[in-house]
Amino acid sequence: MKNKIPKGTIAKNRERWAYLFISVPVLFYILVRFIPTIYAFYLSFTDWDIISASANWIGFSNYKRLFSDKLFYKTLSNTFYYVIYGLPLSLLFGFILAYNIEKIKIGSGLFKTVYFMPYITSMVAVAWVWRWLFQPAPIGIFNNILISMGLPMQEFLNSVEQSKGCILAATIWSGVGFQMIIFMAGMKGISKQYYEAAKIDGASSFNELRYITLPLLRNSFIFLLITGTIRFLRIFTQVVNMTRNSAGGPLNSSKPLVLYIYDNAFRSFDMGYASALTVILFLIILLITLIQMRVTRDER
Amino acid sequence: MKDKNVINKIRYIILFIFGLIMLFPFAWMLSTSMKQGREVFNLSLLVNNPSLKNYARLFSSSYFPRWFVNSFIAGTIVTLSVLFFDSLMGYTFAKHNFKGKKLIFILVLSTMMIPTEMLVIPWYLISSKVGWVDTYWGIVFPGLMTGFGTFLMRQFFDTLPNDLFDAGRIDGMNEFKIWAQIGMPLVKAALSALAIFSFVGNWNAFLWPLIISSETRMYTLPVGLALFNGEFATEWEMIMTGASVATIPVLIIYIIFQRQIIEGIALTGVKG
Repeated sequence: MKNKIPKGTIAKNRERWAYLFISVPVLFYILVRFIPTIYAFYLSFTDWDIISASANWIGFSNYKRLFSDKLFYKTLSNTFYYVIYGLPLSLLFGFILAYNIEKIKIGSGLFKTVYFMPYITSMVAVAWVWRWLFQPAPIGIFNNILISMGLPMQEFLNSVEQSKGCILAATIWSGVGFQMIIFMAGMKGISKQYYEAAKIDGASSFNELRYITLPLLRNSFIFLLITGTIRFLRIFTQVVNMTRNSAGGPLNSSKPLVLYIYDNAFRSFDMGYASALTVILFLIILLITLIQMRVTRDER
Repeated sequence: MKDKNVINKIRYIILFIFGLIMLFPFAWMLSTSMKQGREVFNLSLLVNNPSLKNYARLFSSSYFPRWFVNSFIAGTIVTLSVLFFDSLMGYTFAKHNFKGKKLIFILVLSTMMIPTEMLVIPWYLISSKVGWVDTYWGIVFPGLMTGFGTFLMRQFFDTLPNDLFDAGRIDGMNEFKIWAQIGMPLVKAALSALAIFSFVGNWNAFLWPLIISSETRMYTLPVGLALFNGEFATEWEMIMTGASVATIPVLIIYIIFQRQIIEGIALTGVKG
């Protein structure tokens, strides 16, 4: 892996160019990524509210406050709800689509194009279209369908029980194309010889799926588990746009952690406390990433 | 053989149903944006008298044209910067040797793990101190370079043989020219994928533009759409028109470049 740098003026000259090339980016990453990260950690130990001239060091007070903050637990559990229900469902749908598209002969390109469309569409636009679909009866189409089937109207976004599910539906819809593409890329990487061998042995297509396709898609699964977890942990835009007054309601029933961070930072200007919340989010994401690195290393 | 036919039919039925689910919200949005008055609540995809009146109204009586331009400017600046710096840095990591290379590369990659939500508070505090609130610079500065793009470009430059670059050195080209004139044309496919991701990502970005713009005229399209919709909460045909305006440019880009987009996305999974 390591190429020894030969000592010589040409090599020295090239090294100088390399430092020149990376100088601006390195400065950027220090100023716009690393220092703000450290600064966020620092702020989490202060009581800064923007209006006051200076921030006072208050030690772990913000973190202590977290432990007794009911709304923090509420938003954290909402966030985990999104991850726990959203992730398996979107993996399942993504897999079903990829698996079936790979098997058909005509029209696979067209299906792929259609399924991926929502992923590149603005989440704000997606959220408002779905918000409309979920409206009460004369306006909302889902309720009209229910009524025409003789079923009772549902509260959907106005219900404490159903709001999270509605937001999740829009989120899964918008992301399933991504899972599909990653699965398809993984399936392309599986050598045809395995399937030919299975055919000779007379394996059923179910056994083919179980003993060849699924095990060999391990890497795709790991990648999607990680990116998917992070995606669901960071749910924000859809909740802001689907709930009344962007409040994550009704009664905070759909409010995710990131919206709670936003509320604290930019609605109550409690920057210190908001920073402590972002540190928690950071630690969760860090933990997940470390698990991923561990899992992929074990395999090698 | 008969079994196979049945299974094949089931596959098409599944794919077709999913296709309808994916297309319906788009169709609904576009069809409503062309409806007027009471027809809006007529639950049919077909429009009796389709017209573009809502679009005309949206563009003449709101900040939508301005927001559209704002999004376009911000997306273009970020994309150009990302193309330049990410590819230069990716190239340097792939084709140059220098002390500290490995460490710097790991540090750049590690920035992908830092959640934006954590950075927006410090970014905002700095921006409000130095007067970047409600400026284009304020909207774009956090995204001028990306760990993802650097990684992507490094992977591509890595596959090119060193001889190509050495030939340039023998011809007496300087290192910058070697990157610009030999390296860059060879990674056009990757650059176009990166450009599309960058532009579309910025076009759709919400959290940071929401925070950094306080004046209506400096909103980007998603921010404007969100706040405009809050005010027009009962005029669903206007909301759907706004959503269409935010969606249509991206759909056009997508339809033209879908191969690059889908291949680029697949690549992130394979390499990631």
